[in-house]
Amino acid sequence: MARPPDRRPGFSRRAQNNLFVGYVLAVAGAIVGAVLLVASRFDPPAFRAIRSAAGEVTAPISAALGSANGALAAAPDEVSGYFGVHAENARLQAELVATRRLLTRARALDHENARLRRLLALRDAAGDVVIAARLVSSSASSARRFGLLDAGFVAGVREGQPVEDPDGLVGRVVEVGPDSARVLLLIDAESLVPAARAGDGFPAIVAGRGDGLVDVRPVNPAAGEVRPGDLFVTSGAGGIFAPGVPVARVDARASDGGVGRPLARADTLDVAIVRHAYMPPPPPPRQPTP
Amino acid sequence: MTLPPGALGATPPPTPTRALPPATVIAGSLLTAWPMIAHAGLLPPCGLLMLLAWRLLAPGALRPWAAAPLGLVDDLVSGQPLGSAVLLWSLALLAIDAAERRLVFRSFRQDWLIAAPLIALVLGAGRLVATPLGARVDRVLGAQIVATALLFPAAARTCAWIDRRREAA
Repeated sequence: MARPPDRRPGFSRRAQNNLFVGYVLAVAGAIVGAVLLVASRFDPPAFRAIRSAAGEVTAPISAALGSANGALAAAPDEVSGYFGVHAENARLQAELVATRRLLTRARALDHENARLRRLLALRDAAGDVVIAARLVSSSASSARRFGLLDAGFVAGVREGQPVEDPDGLVGRVVEVGPDSARVLLLIDAESLVPAARAGDGFPAIVAGRGDGLVDVRPVNPAAGEVRPGDLFVTSGAGGIFAPGVPVARVDARASDGGVGRPLARADTLDVAIVRHAYMPPPPPPRQPTP
Repeated sequence: MTLPPGALGATPPPTPTRALPPATVIAGSLLTAWPMIAHAGLLPPCGLLMLLAWRLLAPGALRPWAAAPLGLVDDLVSGQPLGSAVLLWSLALLAIDAAERRLVFRSFRQDWLIAAPLIALVLGAGRLVATPLGARVDRVLGAQIVATALLFPAAARTCAWIDRRREAA
């Protein structure tokens, strides 16, 4: 197809002016965009407000879609569950017997743990739960990794609070609206979480890579190295994240530590628990020297 | 003087049909509200796809300045820093204008050939402004660019279908 012969809209002065103004506005739009982009480097509160307003609109839609989707996806499971229920029953009975012994042992350990904690006068580390909400959507088309939570400051969610799921740390709240909040996920390229190896407390930083994995960088590479299979939990250093929450398991060694995958499987619409930001206990007052 | 329906200076169609193309672009942007927690940014930016398809297939459908407000809506829901789509989408439309000036013939393949590098440029620039240089997102980004470019014919089909309905209305 040949293109239309001429782009000028004839001799009408008004049409020509309209065209010209259209282009001026288009260029102005680009300039406004550039200004906004520079301004968003400094992240003014006004930007957060309008972004959370958008979140307010989309979060209920996503939540509704999610529950409809979940009901549809669960239907085949329910049908097959109906038929497989006998086999399942036998399996569970066997599992129960096997677990009972472990449970007794765990109870004993738990008791001992509580006794030892009392001896050490340890504060209970985990902050109180603010609310259990759900992650309803994410920035799936962007290079950033944000999730949208369907609870906001009406429910007590505040900026900086950590978000966990039953398996481990998910991220932390960065923007709060009345009934929705934006969560910076652990796997975002700008996410840093101070962590320690479960077992010996070897300190490391868990940094998101942006591709679904995390880098585990030792704080002091000379002190040891990260091995595949190592489990890292939050160390509580610097506050926000209470110590002892599972973060990532190391899969492979890398030049500056290891590459791991987060333990929280945030790809499902599971419960996300928002906790109060952790404040490390103040250092003990120094005894005045006589 | 009579002008073809899409030409500049022609009487615009009534408001509801006039609002349809921008509405589809916004609907494309809102696809990020789909309940799914993505581990990597693989979802094609459908708002951008619809914008390019409308601009290339039905030049009269969007005003020349439409990219900025539509980009703002996309920025609000996409997770990119505010202003990145406002800037990049405006530049993309201006680039199409500049390309059209030099073209003698129009065909669908040529439109696709214009859209594909623009998609790559917009997504690449979006990655540069959103994430630090060291982020390991480039492989995912490549896949996203390829997927988006391959989806252009589908977006064009959608636009053509809506446009036909629009003109019939």
